[in-house]
Amino acid sequence: MQLAVNIVVLSAIYALIACGYVLIYRVSRVLNLAHGELMMLGAYLLLTTASLFGGNPWMAIGAALVLSLVVGVLVYVLLMRKMTGEMVLAAVLTTVALGILLRGVMVLIWSAQQQYPGQALGFSNPALVLPGGARISLMAALLVGVTAATYLGLFIFLRFGRWGVRMRAAGQNPLLAAQRGINLHAIYALAWGLSTFTGSIAGMLMALDSGLTSSMMIIGLKAFPAALVGGLDSLVGALIGAAIIGASEVLSIQYIDPLLSDVIPFLVLIVMLVLRPWGLFGTREELDRV
Amino acid sequence: MSSRTPRASGYFRTGYAQQFALLQTRLETRSLVLFVIALFAFPFFASAFYIDLASQVFLAAIGALALMLLTGYAGQISLGHAGLLCAGAFTTGILAQELHAPFWITVPAATLVGALLGVVFGLPSLRLRGLYLAVSTLALHFVVVYLGGEYESKRGFSTGITLDAPTIGGWTIYGGKVWYFILLAGAALTLWICLNLLRGRTGRAWRAVHAHETVAAALGINVAAQKLLAFVISSALTAMSGALFAYYRGFVSVEAFSLFLSIQYVAMIIIGGMGSLLGAILGAAFVTIFPYAIEAALMRLPDAQSYAGVLFAVNYAAFGVVMILFLLFEPLGLVGVWRRLQTYFLLWPFKHRPLERGRK
Repeated sequence: MQLAVNIVVLSAIYALIACGYVLIYRVSRVLNLAHGELMMLGAYLLLTTASLFGGNPWMAIGAALVLSLVVGVLVYVLLMRKMTGEMVLAAVLTTVALGILLRGVMVLIWSAQQQYPGQALGFSNPALVLPGGARISLMAALLVGVTAATYLGLFIFLRFGRWGVRMRAAGQNPLLAAQRGINLHAIYALAWGLSTFTGSIAGMLMALDSGLTSSMMIIGLKAFPAALVGGLDSLVGALIGAAIIGASEVLSIQYIDPLLSDVIPFLVLIVMLVLRPWGLFGTREELDRV
Repeated sequence: MSSRTPRASGYFRTGYAQQFALLQTRLETRSLVLFVIALFAFPFFASAFYIDLASQVFLAAIGALALMLLTGYAGQISLGHAGLLCAGAFTTGILAQELHAPFWITVPAATLVGALLGVVFGLPSLRLRGLYLAVSTLALHFVVVYLGGEYESKRGFSTGITLDAPTIGGWTIYGGKVWYFILLAGAALTLWICLNLLRGRTGRAWRAVHAHETVAAALGINVAAQKLLAFVISSALTAMSGALFAYYRGFVSVEAFSLFLSIQYVAMIIIGGMGSLLGAILGAAFVTIFPYAIEAALMRLPDAQSYAGVLFAVNYAAFGVVMILFLLFEPLGLVGVWRRLQTYFLLWPFKHRPLERGRK
């Protein structure tokens, strides 16, 4: 029972992070390898707003979320906008460079020590006992709920929202979309903003649950096999992929070797790339488009 | 080869022998001789610190040249370079530690392991391209590093494997100057291998595969074999560099082979300039010297000691900025700057070529 809870929590973390990879990839065909760092930046922003709005935790969270959205848009406007139409490798490497830059800047601003934004906000994190005897921390339970809500929100937005339809159109055929009067730069900026936004939610909840160190972006990097296993251009795929990665990681830690935890997502990824490189729910043409 | 004409004034080659000649002009020959003399004289005048720095540049240059073959010429993207370095270093460490194998066995053995791993790293390239290939090499990097870490912890070398100074025929290789010459020889050998590969049939095949796979296949090139060959040669050279790295440091540990190292190597070929061996060497020098330059600059600031703790963070940030600047504003890298400078002086007082055609 505890095992099942662990799997669900880890899968929810991966799913929440992976949807950021999918959003950007689906719309602009760029793999954002700085996603882990952007996620961490969101958590650190919460730390700062927590000390600014000390008495009002909700205000602090809201401010941090808005800031992270702004950061995502700024990354596109200032940096990635120049890379549209460039080689795929150049764009990916730009995100890698951005990640390195962010890592350095975050240590410079917030230092590399472990910090607890939960304490700064005055949140407690009690363990809840579920029927069946399994334990789950409040923040982890919240994380599962937020992941479900985020996916539901994204689904409705992409399906019915005016901007969501535009995003899908831009992802399917940028040229035609642009000719129909869709502002591609605005769409791409929105995708980056949303992706950073969802990533930041994940970062904040993880920081509230277990504290914040500079090693958090490893989780961000491990979530990206989840996106790829499910298919880089499919949100449903990201969800399923996260479940597969989460389950295999928890089970192998439990039954084989705890040291495996960092490598299991990548092993699953290799197997997937050999069997079905475009992912479970991805479209096959994607392979030739990049 | 009798008449050596200046390259600047046009294209005067009339035979294949001239086409394959490495040195076209008298000026090139002379500057090469001067450069070689300078390289040999360097350790006798420089301090130990600069000798160490130069040795590190040579080590990095081997890896960067290998990656340039793969990415710059054959067009196969790899983000798993640190994994191959790790494999080479660990093969050396394990053979030397467990079997007390001598230098002349461990380095070829590491190269061989690298070649085998090259097949593994290269297999996905038969099916995947671009982004997906990069991702698969990234995943393999994590697997190799994991295996290294597993070996360390299971065999009780949790802090890393220490290596004794290698001996060749009774000579113990020890000291900065000796290592300088060994690594210089390694780098020169690698450069020589690369030059010969690239001006021959293999190099042409790789360039064709890079340009267009279908056309390459139509020209009778076995695309799959050439891709694998590129991976094998590149990986073997990289693993050799890893083996030399292990001996040079006298110490092997998985911590040294993080993803950041892979990115540093990719940065070397980007900053140096894609599709140019000179670029690989320039990039290796740039990326190796860069952190030392940052440190020196920081220490000049007032109140220097207080920055010591954040030095690595400053390094990270500055490295990211430099990489972004090159990607955005100088995609051709340092070689692009160098060529522009050359063209400027060649054409002076004019600004443009009379007929702009593909510059070589």
